[in-house]
Amino acid sequence: MTVSMEMLGCGRKIADKLNTDLAAVLLGHDVEHLAGELVAYGADKVYLADNKLLTFYHSEAYAAIISDLARKKRPEIFLLGSTSTGRDLAPRLAAKLCTGLTADCVGLDVNEKGQLLQVVPAFGGNVMATVVCPKHRPQMATVRPGVMIPPTIVEGRRGEVLKIPVDLKQEDLNIKILDIVTEEPRAAPIDTADVVIAGGWGVGSIDNWRLVEELARSIGAAVGATRPPVDEKWASEDQLIGQSGKTVRPRLYIGIAISGAMQHLVGIQDSRVIVAINKDPNAPIFKAADFGIVADFRDVVPTLVEQITKLRSTKDSFATGT
Amino acid sequence: MSPVKSIVCVKPVPDPRHWSELALDPVTKTLRREGIPSVLNPLDKHALEEALRIKERFGGIVTAISMAPLTATDSLREAIAIGADDAVLLSDRSFAGADTLATSYALAAAIKKLGEFDLILCGNQSLDGGTGQVGPEIAEFLGVPHVTYARKIQILERGIVRVERALEYGYMVIEGRMPLVLSVVKEINVPRYVSLMRISEAMQAEVRVWTSRDLDIDSSRIGLSGSPTQVADLFLPVMERRGEMLSGAPDTASKLLVQRLRELGVL
Repeated sequence: MTVSMEMLGCGRKIADKLNTDLAAVLLGHDVEHLAGELVAYGADKVYLADNKLLTFYHSEAYAAIISDLARKKRPEIFLLGSTSTGRDLAPRLAAKLCTGLTADCVGLDVNEKGQLLQVVPAFGGNVMATVVCPKHRPQMATVRPGVMIPPTIVEGRRGEVLKIPVDLKQEDLNIKILDIVTEEPRAAPIDTADVVIAGGWGVGSIDNWRLVEELARSIGAAVGATRPPVDEKWASEDQLIGQSGKTVRPRLYIGIAISGAMQHLVGIQDSRVIVAINKDPNAPIFKAADFGIVADFRDVVPTLVEQITKLRSTKDSFATGT
Repeated sequence: MSPVKSIVCVKPVPDPRHWSELALDPVTKTLRREGIPSVLNPLDKHALEEALRIKERFGGIVTAISMAPLTATDSLREAIAIGADDAVLLSDRSFAGADTLATSYALAAAIKKLGEFDLILCGNQSLDGGTGQVGPEIAEFLGVPHVTYARKIQILERGIVRVERALEYGYMVIEGRMPLVLSVVKEINVPRYVSLMRISEAMQAEVRVWTSRDLDIDSSRIGLSGSPTQVADLFLPVMERRGEMLSGAPDTASKLLVQRLRELGVL
């Protein structure tokens, strides 16, 4: 639900600027109790479709119901989280509604004409584009989890819950969901971590990766990675930080042997403090960091671990991050 | 079981090794792409590989299709070298500047012209745009179901396809009846190796080139004018940080770093 909250926060700001209502669309089975939360996070209305066939994301069913709703209610703007669900559903809806869709926006605002300004990184973030959808409606955009800041809950906020009748049978649908298999994530979630240590291609081997993990352990940090370590399987896909992975905003980020390609930097730019350790003095990451050490991480990280471990073992008050 | 007629959508993308050379013209606010070589979108190679494996098992035909500038004939010849039976390139000035909706509309029209199909396979997203939108949008224009994030595909009896669809933490197992559109992720297979010799032999292969006049379309729905979204601005991102370099021997530098971080209250 988290990305939905972030979308509501973003949607609320835009709705306020446009002086209009914000509606949330909730599909599922036995989910009515969630409607109140959506209102508390900023929705004025919640359109609720509840049916057993909607328990899990079903592209055909969800797209049919939501496009129908959109045609009736004619929203100006329609936002979705860029998750496996959102990236599947949003384009189907956009084609059904014959409208524009901008994926993975890192910024959303409205201009004086009331048009949605959709900011997206292009070519791995080397260039940023502002996209608009001047004539077609709704203006659709998706945003990856963690990019927008969730709003604060307003207790006792009032909103309407409007039930949408769902007249669906499995026989009417081509797609059938047979099974859902959940696989537990291998590593501590990086999106909510206070401190993130990330390793890049320059770490060099799975043996060397231990150093990254050791540093993380010494601080109580989560471990992140750029694309090459994930491809090499030193880290898992859910540890990927960057344009096509997660956005993190920890209070401290330390990048180890990371060159600093834009597609990674867009995922860390809201960190409070960025530290980079890389033996290449020309690595682009140094321009994006608060502190940089030009050195082989194999020389620096063990001393860093030593210092931090010493620190934690003293009686100093010490904020741990997990 | 019957042979499977597959169509694979492929896209040539600027070679990512050269992306830092992409120049933004600050006056016209357009991207200068000259001289940057193209490669076949990596995930499209996985899509093509899957289509070929299906053909090897069940028989049938594999057609590669792309909407791109004329230089893309090379990428389509590469697809033929890899194993596609034939290739179609949609190329015309009027297709230029298309966003995903206008691109999907054109590709769907071309696919309709190709006749009946069982499967359309695409990469889940492209390296450059990365929206992942074209597969589902093509499916909508063709009126068939779609499944994204396909990490495993099995063709079963009576035209049923069973797909494992990757989720953030796990996967779902889905069944659908052909024809359908499948967008694949890299976990689905390892694309076959193709020798440079094979690729250079395929440079003689015929690629059908279709223009907008060859398609049954509403020309107001293609290209820049058919695109609901427009780029209003292009700019270089700005990142402002302290940029303090800590020098000295490793343990001196780390001591200094720890001190700085404590001063800032983040450690």
